Amino acid sequence: MTDSQDLPVVPNGVREIDIVGVRKGAFGAAGSGDTSGFGGLVAPIVMPGASIPPFGGWFDEVAEEIALSLADANVTGAVEKIVIDRGEMTFYVHKDALIAFVTECRDEPALRFEMCTSVSGVHFPHDLDRELHVVYSLMSITHNRRIRIEVTTADSDRHMPSIVSVYPSADWHERETWDFFGIIFDGHPALTRIEMPDDWVGHPQRKDYPLGGIPVDYKGGTIPAPDKRRSYN
Amino acid sequence: MTTTADPFSGSYDTTEGTIYNLGGGGDWDTITAAPEGENERIVVNMGPQHPSTHGVLRMVLELEGETVTEVRCGIGFLHTGIEKNMEYRTWVQGVTYVTRMDYLAPMFNEAAYCLSVERLLGIEDQIPERANVIRVMMMELNRVSSHLVALATGGMELGALTAMIFGFRERELVLDIFEMVSGLRMNSAYIRPGGVAQDLPVGAEEKIRETVVLLRKRLKDTADLLVDNAIWMGRTVGVGYLDLTGCMALGITGPILRSTGLPHDLRKSAPYCGYENYEFNVPTQTTSDAYGRFLIRIAEMKESLNIVDQCLDRLKPGPVMVADKKIAWPSQLSIGGDGQGNSPEHIKHIMSESMEALIHHFKLVTEGFSVPAGQAYVPIESPRGELGAHVVSTGGTRPYRVHFRDPSFNNLQAVAAMSEGSMIADVIAAVASIDPVMGGVDR
Repeated sequence: MTDSQDLPVVPNGVREIDIVGVRKGAFGAAGSGDTSGFGGLVAPIVMPGASIPPFGGWFDEVAEEIALSLADANVTGAVEKIVIDRGEMTFYVHKDALIAFVTECRDEPALRFEMCTSVSGVHFPHDLDRELHVVYSLMSITHNRRIRIEVTTADSDRHMPSIVSVYPSADWHERETWDFFGIIFDGHPALTRIEMPDDWVGHPQRKDYPLGGIPVDYKGGTIPAPDKRRSYN
Repeated sequence: MTTTADPFSGSYDTTEGTIYNLGGGGDWDTITAAPEGENERIVVNMGPQHPSTHGVLRMVLELEGETVTEVRCGIGFLHTGIEKNMEYRTWVQGVTYVTRMDYLAPMFNEAAYCLSVERLLGIEDQIPERANVIRVMMMELNRVSSHLVALATGGMELGALTAMIFGFRERELVLDIFEMVSGLRMNSAYIRPGGVAQDLPVGAEEKIRETVVLLRKRLKDTADLLVDNAIWMGRTVGVGYLDLTGCMALGITGPILRSTGLPHDLRKSAPYCGYENYEFNVPTQTTSDAYGRFLIRIAEMKESLNIVDQCLDRLKPGPVMVADKKIAWPSQLSIGGDGQGNSPEHIKHIMSESMEALIHHFKLVTEGFSVPAGQAYVPIESPRGELGAHVVSTGGTRPYRVHFRDPSFNNLQAVAAMSEGSMIADVIAAVASIDPVMGGVDR
């Protein structure tokens, strides 16, 4: 959201810009004799921006209840923005308020999100100071609702509060997120690697971690490793 | 007569001759004579290659005698980096990767991924009716085959080898259908973004109809073998107990959750692929134990077969892929002399009739389609619980991030809660009742 402010292209209908990266060129051609001119294309990667109430359906009810219960708990400024996109509701929550937020989600009878079904990470290396996103998925069986919580942190400060004390099911999911992204969940009972070997170096799902692979000779030709092949964008 | 000191069989003299005591039982006498008050805590490493751990699951057990005091699971032995690999392939190629995650339920992996991609593309409403019916039919057949393996391996682990033979025999019938329809028995890559790869071949409907009849009969045999079986009940009743509170805290879904009496099924609560149009029950039990989960799986297979019947009745001729030529996979397959090959009509169309068709084919196969930026998560009810793909796109021709919320991964967290305090033999039954598939756990 920072280094891309001077970019000229903003798609129509976007009220608030959430730029997570920049796309350059076309057809994956670079450095070759590109005579088409498309190689000079620069376009921001824009994620769906904040929605403005009323959201419609049960989204308004959930947003209001969360605002009320957070106010009751004297938590202010917890929600950065609410995104309603493709029929799914995402709360962008400040990480300092995450525990209070999920506690209210679980305990407030009007919300009652009984289950945290999933925790995972997304790495946006060009989203400066918000490189690492952690995505939580909460489900309410009582109300048959589902929300997503997205929390961001800078790559230079890889700490995130652990929600295991609120949702014990997040235990392995947070370990996996630590394993794959190197996000340290403070307060986790045993934050160790789960999928990779204990002595592994690096966090494989980060974008700066190479895929690896070797070129393969096949019928006289050489097929490069998957991450070295032409990438269309 | 003299006696010799033999450590394994002592002897003593009588008036009738020497009596050799061969029943002394080896050297156990000296071993059990451990000092009183000694700590009898034993740590046993079970797996990852143990035949009863359902694949490559490792468990570290702490034992007091035969009672388990602590269990910890070790996973990751089957981690193959599928999610990372997908970031370097097109959206359609991703299907061939996700189908290899939970290898007993490939159709569900494909469906979960494709539904999320379709939501990102905004084409959820454009999926043809026939494609949705075929998807539901394939998923329900897959649910039967997956539950059969759960039964088979679970039975084998508890010593019921006939159940294993029966389960794998019946599963073969379902795999034959998959082979006929998709060309592959497992890892079919059949469900694709926008529809399914290929329409049902000639004769498939009849074969499915016949198989359903046969499966009903055979499933009854399997059920009769185990449902009232005293040994089976002795091994599973009251074993692997996890109540509703535990399920909620640990995020458990699927048969384990339904064995607590809660009829939570995403096919009912958040229908996808047109599940709202089918009539079926959600079987529940209130015993919260391994036996209840077994009964639920038996009942679910019957319900699945009923759904397959309804699918066959609903099948109407029509397209099986979205009409949008910018998304629909262009190529069609047909069986050539060597048993494989592209459809000659399609080759003729692109090579000698339509230049635009050739361009579309080339662009879609090499470059793939772009998916608008955003994220989506469409959960579905897999045989093991909630399965969903959190798919993030930045507008490119490749997934930016795909994370699978696999039910086995989450449900394995319950092993400790289910088996601590029980006998060591019950750990096997508890794990079998979770029915984890390590391909899905480790991905």
